[in-house]
Amino acid sequence: MTLEEVGTLVADEIGTDCLSYEVIRGELTLTIDPVAIVRVLTYLRDSEQLQFSLLVDICGVDYLGRDPRFDVVYHVLSLVHNRRLRLKVGIEEGVPLPSVTSVYSSANWGEREVFDLYGIPFEDHPDLRRILTDYDFEGHPLRKDFPLTGYGEVRYDPDQKRVIYEPVNLPQAFRTFDLESPWEGMETAAIRREA
Amino acid sequence: MAEGSVGVGVSSNQWSVISDQMDNHEESSLMTDNRSLITGQQGFLIGKLDEIAAWAQAGSLWPLTFGLACCAIEMMQAAGARYDLDRFGMVFRGSPRQADLMIVAGTLTNKMAPALRKVYDQMAEPRYVISMGSCANGGGYYHYSYSVVRGCDRIVPVDVYVPGCPPTAEALLYGITVLQRKIKRQKVFAR
Repeated sequence: MTLEEVGTLVADEIGTDCLSYEVIRGELTLTIDPVAIVRVLTYLRDSEQLQFSLLVDICGVDYLGRDPRFDVVYHVLSLVHNRRLRLKVGIEEGVPLPSVTSVYSSANWGEREVFDLYGIPFEDHPDLRRILTDYDFEGHPLRKDFPLTGYGEVRYDPDQKRVIYEPVNLPQAFRTFDLESPWEGMETAAIRREA
Repeated sequence: MAEGSVGVGVSSNQWSVISDQMDNHEESSLMTDNRSLITGQQGFLIGKLDEIAAWAQAGSLWPLTFGLACCAIEMMQAAGARYDLDRFGMVFRGSPRQADLMIVAGTLTNKMAPALRKVYDQMAEPRYVISMGSCANGGGYYHYSYSVVRGCDRIVPVDVYVPGCPPTAEALLYGITVLQRKIKRQKVFAR
């Protein structure tokens, strides 16, 4: 069965909840409606023909300014057929996405990571806590509107005898350099030579 | 005991020998500064308590295994066969209770900072800290990151900074000898 055929098969099975599917560079991507994610993944896992038994990862994408703002991407792998499939779900900010931990238990930490870094809540997740950043971290670092240096920095306070958070205070702000050319500033030098 | 060797307070002879060796004492090669540590011929060591204690401390620094990132690999190199920290009397310990020295080897993140401080607090005095590598010195590559401490001296007092990204095993070794010199200079007992 080719990837195109898999795409057609899955799209037919999902029905109207499948918004589109495409094969680009030998990779099959389906875009589906958020409400159908649990049903679709259950089908992909349990289908005799497909047997996508492994959820490889879950990741988020922030398209700031787009509607819906976020994408959540699921990658599944069929070990039997050595075949991979990508599912994309668009989700707006603050809108919860159904958790797929009931389908794949490996989704637990993946969803926690997406929640931690993008602030996308997952409904019916058994343990939705931050997984990577500090325990009382502020904000979601992989959002495009998150400032590079964050909101707080730590310091040991000898009076309280513990490590405390304080607002960021940088003696020198972050500077962006034009790294396109290693000869930055050479243009003006050339002009000076010609003159 | 071999002639001229140093064995602190160990006598291989009778007490009457002491008066002999007091007369013809010689300079010890063990103390780098040329002050008053004097060895006798019969295995006695006479010196200031301060200096003997400092010499002993500097010669048996037990570092805490505290590798946080790639610097830890270089730290392992220093501990390995080629550079061999053992010859400085350095044995890596798994417990802060048994350690004199903490080598902060790698990126210190915000989440790790309270743990680092706790481990430092658990170490017995006198305790020393070597900050190893750019990240531990001042955040380094991650200086502007939202999750990295801009220098481990914000969390614990640092004795020696070793620059590099990562510093070579030689550089760390040099940092350790610098710390040993610092320890030998200090006065342990208050007058």
